[in-house]
Amino acid sequence: MVTHRSETDAEVRARRQPGQLSDTPNGRDSRRRHWLPYVLILPAVVAELIIHVVPIVLGVWTSMTQLTQLHIRDWTNAPVIWFDNYRHGLDPAGAIGSALGDTVLRTLAFTVLVVALSWIIGMLAAYVLNTRVRGARGFRLLFLVPFAVPTFASVLAWSFMFSRDQGAVNHVLVDQFGLLDERPFWLIGDNAFWAMVVVAVWRLWPFAFLMLLAALQGVPGELDDAAAVDGASRWRTFRSITLPAIRPVNAVVILIMGLWSFNEFSVPYVLFGPRPPESATLLAALIYEHSFVHFGMGLGAAMNVLVLMFLLGVSLLFLRLFVPHGRRHA
Amino acid sequence: MREGPGFRWFRRGVLTFLTLITVVPLYVVVSSSVKPLADVQGRFSWIPREVTLSPYVDTWTTVPLARYLVNSLIVAAVSASLALLVAVAAAYALSRFTFRGDRAFRLAVLSTQMVPGMLFLVPLFLIFSQVHTWLGIRVIGTHAGLIVTFMTFSLPFAIWMLTGLFAGIPREVEEAALLDGLGRIGVLLRIVLPLARPALAAVGIFAFVIAWGEVLFASVLSDADTRTLAVGLRAYITQSTVLWNELMAASVIASVPVVVGFLMLHRHLMRGLGAGLR
Repeated sequence: MVTHRSETDAEVRARRQPGQLSDTPNGRDSRRRHWLPYVLILPAVVAELIIHVVPIVLGVWTSMTQLTQLHIRDWTNAPVIWFDNYRHGLDPAGAIGSALGDTVLRTLAFTVLVVALSWIIGMLAAYVLNTRVRGARGFRLLFLVPFAVPTFASVLAWSFMFSRDQGAVNHVLVDQFGLLDERPFWLIGDNAFWAMVVVAVWRLWPFAFLMLLAALQGVPGELDDAAAVDGASRWRTFRSITLPAIRPVNAVVILIMGLWSFNEFSVPYVLFGPRPPESATLLAALIYEHSFVHFGMGLGAAMNVLVLMFLLGVSLLFLRLFVPHGRRHA
Repeated sequence: MREGPGFRWFRRGVLTFLTLITVVPLYVVVSSSVKPLADVQGRFSWIPREVTLSPYVDTWTTVPLARYLVNSLIVAAVSASLALLVAVAAAYALSRFTFRGDRAFRLAVLSTQMVPGMLFLVPLFLIFSQVHTWLGIRVIGTHAGLIVTFMTFSLPFAIWMLTGLFAGIPREVEEAALLDGLGRIGVLLRIVLPLARPALAAVGIFAFVIAWGEVLFASVLSDADTRTLAVGLRAYITQSTVLWNELMAASVIASVPVVVGFLMLHRHLMRGLGAGLR
């Protein structure tokens, strides 16, 4: 195995002073310097353009057209209707607008629940495994498994466990502990929402654990020790020293998990199929249904643009509030 | 920090709880995959009454598992290799040169990660179908369409992580080699890449895992012939009677390669995360 010296923050940052030319010391290939980096990033730029940038622009255009299955074969000629799709989407009295409003609220509730639970579980795991404990390596490997298992496989497993008559969940709740008298259906009706939350948290918390552990390992232990000498409790030390020290990473972790959860598609799709029960319809599923089940692609696109603007606003606000200046480029 | 008995009990409790919530679902899958059909059709039982490997044999004919598996392998392997190539080049440029637009590029790459996949799914579908109309090249329902798309999904993380790792490779060696007349590309190929080999493996596995598990785009951009595991197995549970033992066996078969790869390389992935976070 190859090992190499890992540098400290300060070293890396010192080398990245703006304006510093990091090419050969004698400037022998100073002319090449101008085009080589551009050639190196070209493939990435082209790929991003084709798969992301052009589709996003096209998506904004689509949102202003009446693109339905009538025009799907010949979509470049779909009639332009400007902001009508947005008007439908934002009209709280209309069927589409009220469904969209409900779905946004439901998606927000889902996001807050999943992020909060995943963060708490991940933090607990990271905190106890950042101490000297026997078998830490084994636990760390084990806890990564839910994240490593492909989404579709773990969700299929959960859909088996949640099945009413053959599932492990009802077996435990009803047969073994007798907490419930009747076997509930978990995958239809209002219970579907909670089933979806459980599966999403089970998949996501190892990510929080991984990132928070990496962050905790960067906090010097002397700080904690000094606080302990001063008589601070573990909880005090955690709140006043550990949390502030890992704040930048923490903010990024929460933001990433929030964006993932808000855009969650795979978990409900594998759990319920293309038409989930209403209680488990998240935004992504609603837009998918409009676009590919009803073929109202113009309307779907308008919803997408609204979601993007919302996420952009929330993310910028979040970064401004929680990420200190100077670290934002990281 | 001193560890009192209270804390040790707390730690024991937390670790027990976490181990349970992690292991129980995995146990359910594995134990159900070795039960005879009668055992998974009635009430759930923790201990299999009888252990049989027949689900692992029969699942190949119940579901077109081999076809899905091959499709997933092709799509994931090719898109991961491409992502690695593209990301190595971009990350080397970012870690070794200061050039006009480097920050903009870095930011643009990261921000594409923020855009919900749903937003470019429909347009991408439209573009791909238009390519067929205009150029006569079929993209939807082919491996190529999935490969190009999945490649871009792992690019942001791959570039970000590799930039951090390349920055951690001491430059003195490289500069000596440059003086010795090895060109920039030579230095990248013969000095930087060999040093970064474990990291490259980690990023490659990461990209592979992303493509292997992707559901949304695979559900729209693949057809019956190119369907990957992620979409194919899902379609199976819509049938009226589900052979759960065989489906669990198929899930195990679909998971083992990526889980093993992921766990083998997780240390390098961790180090990459650490480097990227700085």
